This record gives sequence, structure tokens and C-alpha cells, in this order.
Amino acid sequence: MDPISKFLVSYQIPIGAWGKAFFTFLTDNFNTVLRAFSNGLNFLLDGMVDGLLLLPPVLLIALIALLAYVLQRSKGLALAVFLGLLFILNQDLWKQTVETLVLVVAAAAASMAIGVPLGIWAAHKPKVYRFMLPVLDLMQTLPTFVYLIPVLTLFGLGNAPGLVVTIIFVIPTPVRLTHLGVTSVPKSIIEAGEAFGATKRQLLWKVELPSALPTIMAGLTQSIMLSLSMVVFAALIGAGGLGTEINRALGSRRIDLGLEAGLAIVVLAIVLDRMTRIGVGGKK
Amino acid sequence: MTVAVDFRNVDIVFGSDQAGSLALIDSGASRAEILEKTGNVLGCAGASLTVHEGEISVLMGLSGSGKSTLLRAVNRLNVVSRGQVLVKDGDKTVDVVTCDEATLRRLRQKQVAMVFQQFGLLPWRTVEENVGLGLELAGVPEAERKERVHRQLKLVNLDQWAKKYAHELSGGMQQRVGLARAFATEAPILLMDEPFSALDPLIRTKLQDELLQLQAELKKTIIFVSHDLEEALKIGSHITIMEGGRIVQTGAPEDIVLRPANDYVRDFIANVNPLSVLTAWNVMRDRRDLDHGEDGWVWLDRRKTTRFKIDEHGLVVAAERNGKPAVWVSCADVEAHPEETAQVFWANPGTSLKTVMFAMYRSQTAPVALFDDQSRFVGAIGVRDVLSAVLRR
Repeated sequence: MDPISKFLVSYQIPIGAWGKAFFTFLTDNFNTVLRAFSNGLNFLLDGMVDGLLLLPPVLLIALIALLAYVLQRSKGLALAVFLGLLFILNQDLWKQTVETLVLVVAAAAASMAIGVPLGIWAAHKPKVYRFMLPVLDLMQTLPTFVYLIPVLTLFGLGNAPGLVVTIIFVIPTPVRLTHLGVTSVPKSIIEAGEAFGATKRQLLWKVELPSALPTIMAGLTQSIMLSLSMVVFAALIGAGGLGTEINRALGSRRIDLGLEAGLAIVVLAIVLDRMTRIGVGGKK
Repeated sequence: MTVAVDFRNVDIVFGSDQAGSLALIDSGASRAEILEKTGNVLGCAGASLTVHEGEISVLMGLSGSGKSTLLRAVNRLNVVSRGQVLVKDGDKTVDVVTCDEATLRRLRQKQVAMVFQQFGLLPWRTVEENVGLGLELAGVPEAERKERVHRQLKLVNLDQWAKKYAHELSGGMQQRVGLARAFATEAPILLMDEPFSALDPLIRTKLQDELLQLQAELKKTIIFVSHDLEEALKIGSHITIMEGGRIVQTGAPEDIVLRPANDYVRDFIANVNPLSVLTAWNVMRDRRDLDHGEDGWVWLDRRKTTRFKIDEHGLVVAAERNGKPAVWVSCADVEAHPEETAQVFWANPGTSLKTVMFAMYRSQTAPVALFDDQSRFVGAIGVRDVLSAVLRR
């Protein structure tokens, strides 16, 4: 090793140690709070899964198909949803699919609930967005495995940490898309709102949000897709569902099991994507 | 006449160095100099203009002349750097530059409405929802809102289109929706920022006519921005010409055409058809400047073909054309009269130059007399006067 490299290495900045110290500090001091949070979340998610599994699968599938019809007013789509989910049932993956579904819907909903207001805030305050941007980049590019470990130490095993990592991974998307939607509202219609005496709040609800809605809804679809892509990772820290099956297939080199579970995820993805594509009234 | 909007020494500067720019404005610096020294953009400088109730006051200029900037100061879409913009608000006057947010909002909801060049309609709303926007923002209850919206849609002939989305309409119809939206608030002051510029010429002319018709009925105070002088001359009761952020000339349409203040205005009017602006009053020679003979006879033209005998009340008692007695008839009925030599047409001061010319044509270039509303003789127009006005010599 050359002298300069040697010198640099000998004064290594203890990033890892600092990070570890930080998380140890968190677990040492807030353990009860964190565990209570994670237990509560687990209870909630497990409860939802159990509740849905109480229904006969075919009835639940019919209900989801009906929901698809209500959302999109398309009989073809409802039929496709019905058949797709029947295929999953046919593969004997229904329980895992419901677990995954609950996790994905909860993660996407939470990401939207946090991400959309953040996106609006960032759109109104360019300075805030400048600070937010590197954090969002970090959340999206940091390899998932890296934050699996601290989340695991903070929240233990189960659905709750799975939900948390999924949200961390997903949330930049609704933030960015909401920011994009609100900042690209045409200036002419903002001025029209102002010229007719809109308050800041009226401007947001009657002009900015409706105009940004298509982009925000694209954020929802993307959030669901990204949540699904995290299912396998979430399974590594104890979240159940289709991800567990795939991890098991990987561990035991079972091509057949991997294919079944993988196809089930794809079907679920297509179903959710088509169901949540919301166009805006009047726009063609 | 009551003042509706009064601009008093309005300076508008876009940028951070307001004080520096204002100092440069005071030293008479041009927009380019201010941009170079401070990096700020001069919107308008030292603009003073009074708009009376019921007027259509047109702000004219090329793009970048500051006309829109000045207009948008009225509802504070542009913030005024210095000066006052006084807007009539019921019985009192409000300075838009300094008033608080609540007052500004009330003005925008109830006193000053706006029509935009790009329409500014909300594409996810139906026509009626767009027209109701101002009322909705002002918190007008839904039943009353519906009723008022419907009335406005009828006024602009869009009632069958109420449930359509704005983008399903043609440009001309969209701007009618924009007009209806502005009228629906019943605001007495209307700001129109190049409202017809984005439309094709036929539709533009049609909407101008419609606006004039509506204005005859509604009698709003309209401040209208345009870069098209023909449009300004057609609809404006006053025209203000701006250049580089400063007002160059303000006056009645014919003042601008007949007495342009500088070369910029002269360039502007170079291609205007004078027939669309000028009236008999603008081109006549005053009675006192005509050649007077004896016994109260006055020659109407330089060639001495036609003369009137005027009594002590200023009324015409006899007429002669080419040495023979003639009759004098109003050029309002010029179409109805057979073509004969023994008649002299007369016009009122407001008669358009076009009609006067037609009367000349029908009477073998006889001069046209000008009577006031009590039929008193006030002046005459010869061929030469018409030609010099048309040629602007």
C-alpha cells in the first residue's frame, strides 16, 4: 500500500461506529416505545389479515372484483380481476396473498398519507425541497439490506418492520410526484384563482390539487408497485406473505415454488395497478 | 364623472434591488440601463392614468411595453413598487398597493373581475362550474350561485353548453366562458388582458362586437389591454399608448390617430385605416376659417362651387351650388336620395368619415356641411380635407 493510502486508512472516519452507536442509543433509551409501536402495528396488520381470511376466499375475490368495477366502471376489468385472483387461489397461495395485500395496501396508504402533504409543502417552499432532495435520493438509493438491519434491531421481527422498510423505500415517490404535480400547475389557472379572490387554502383545494390530481394518482399507482417489489425483502425480516414463499424457494432451490409465488405477485401487481388507475373527470 | 381606477405615479420593478431601481427610474434611466445596473426588470415607471366609471380604457403597446404589468397592478397580481392604485370600492376608495389581504380579497371577489388571454379556465370543471368560480370563492350559497351562473350563460349564449367541460369548447366559446365568469361576480370593474388575442380574426371581431353590446347594457368600467390598434380604436373610449414601461400618450381614439405624440405612436398608427376612427368633426374646417362673402353667404369649399346663406342664429336659409339654388339634406339618408346636382349634404359632428365620403361621392364631390344638434352651421368638409385626413398630411 502506498503511504498516502496507508495514512488515510489509518485515520478511517468511524461512520459505521457512529451509526451503530446512534441505533444502540435508540434501542437502549426508547426500547419500550419502539416495541409498543411495533407490537401495536403487528396487532393491527395481523388483525386485518385474520379478518380478511375469515371470509370464504371466493367471496373475498368476488368483493375485490366488485370494487374493481366500482372504481373503474369496467365489466371486463372486474372479470379479469376475478379470474386472476381465482388463479392465485388455485395455486393454493391465498393466505400468503392476503398477507401481502394487507402489507402493500397499508404501506401504500401510509406513504401517500405522509408523502402527499410533504410533496405539497415542498412545492410551495422551494427551499424545503432543496433540503428534502438529498434525503429522498438517499432513501431511494441506499441498498435495502442496509436499513433492514437497523429496522430489525429497532422493531424486531414481524409485519411492523416490514411495513417500515417498505414505507422508507416507497415514500420518495409520492413526494416527488406530488411536488411535480403541484409545481407544474399552469400559472394561468393559479392567477385565475387569485384574481377571483381565492385564499391560500381555496387555491390549494380548488385549483392546485385538482390540477395535480393525475400526477398524484400516478404516485399512488407507483407506490403500490414499489411496495410490491419490497415484499421479498420485507419477508427477510419476518413479514409474511408471498415474499416468504419466494425466500423459501430460493433457500431450497425449488423452481416450481418460486414460479408459483412469483406469478402470484405479478398477478397481484397487475390487478392493483389496473384498479388504481384513476383518470380525471372530463379528460380524455 | 366618478373615478373608478386611478393610477398615481405607479412604478413596478421585478427583482430584489427595489431601492436601486427606483433611484434609477427617478434619474430617467431606460429599461435596458436598469437591467444592466441592477439586474432588475422595469415593469412600468411613473404611470399615471385615470379611468372613469363606464369607460373602456385601452392600454396599448408592443409586447414588453408594460401594458399588462400596469393592468395587473389593479388587482395586485403584480406588486407595485411605488405609487398608488386607487380603486373605487362602493362609496370609498381603496389603495390596492397598501390594503390588507382581507380587503384585497374582497375587492377581487366583488369589485374587480378579470378576463385572461389564455382564458384561465379550470379544465376539470364544467362550463357552469367555471363560471361559478368567483361566486364559489366568495362563499355565495349554491342555489343563488346556480341562478346567477345560469343568467350569465344565457347572456353569452352558452346555456346549452353548461354541462360540457371547458376544453370541449372552441377558443371563442372558451373566452365567452371567461367573460361569463367575470360578469357573474357582478364586479363593476373588469380587467381584460388581451382577451381576444388568442382567437382567430373572425371570432375576434365577433367577440368585440358582443363585448360592445354587453357593455352598452351593463356599463362596466373596463380596462382593456391590447397590442392591436384596430381593436383599441374600435372598442376604446380612451387609449393609452405605452412604450418601454412608460406612458407615451393618452387620449380619445381620434386624438391618437390625428395627433400622435411621437414617432413610436406614429409607427403604431401607420397601418390604421383612418376611416374606422375619424368622424366629420375631426376633419372639418371651422366656419370661421371659411371664405365669407357678403349678405351672410359662406363658401363651403376652396374652389367656390357651393355656398350657404347663414342667418344670425347660425341656421342655413339658402344654398347655392354651381350658381344655382340647391337643397340641403342630411347624409344619414344619403342612400335614399337620387343622385342629382342640386343638393348639398350635411353631417353631424359624430357622423363617420366614411359616410361623409359616400355623401361626397353621391353629390359629385360637393363639400359636406356640418351642423350641430340644433341644426346650426359649424363648418364644412371639402374633398381636400378628407384627403389630407386619410393621408395624414
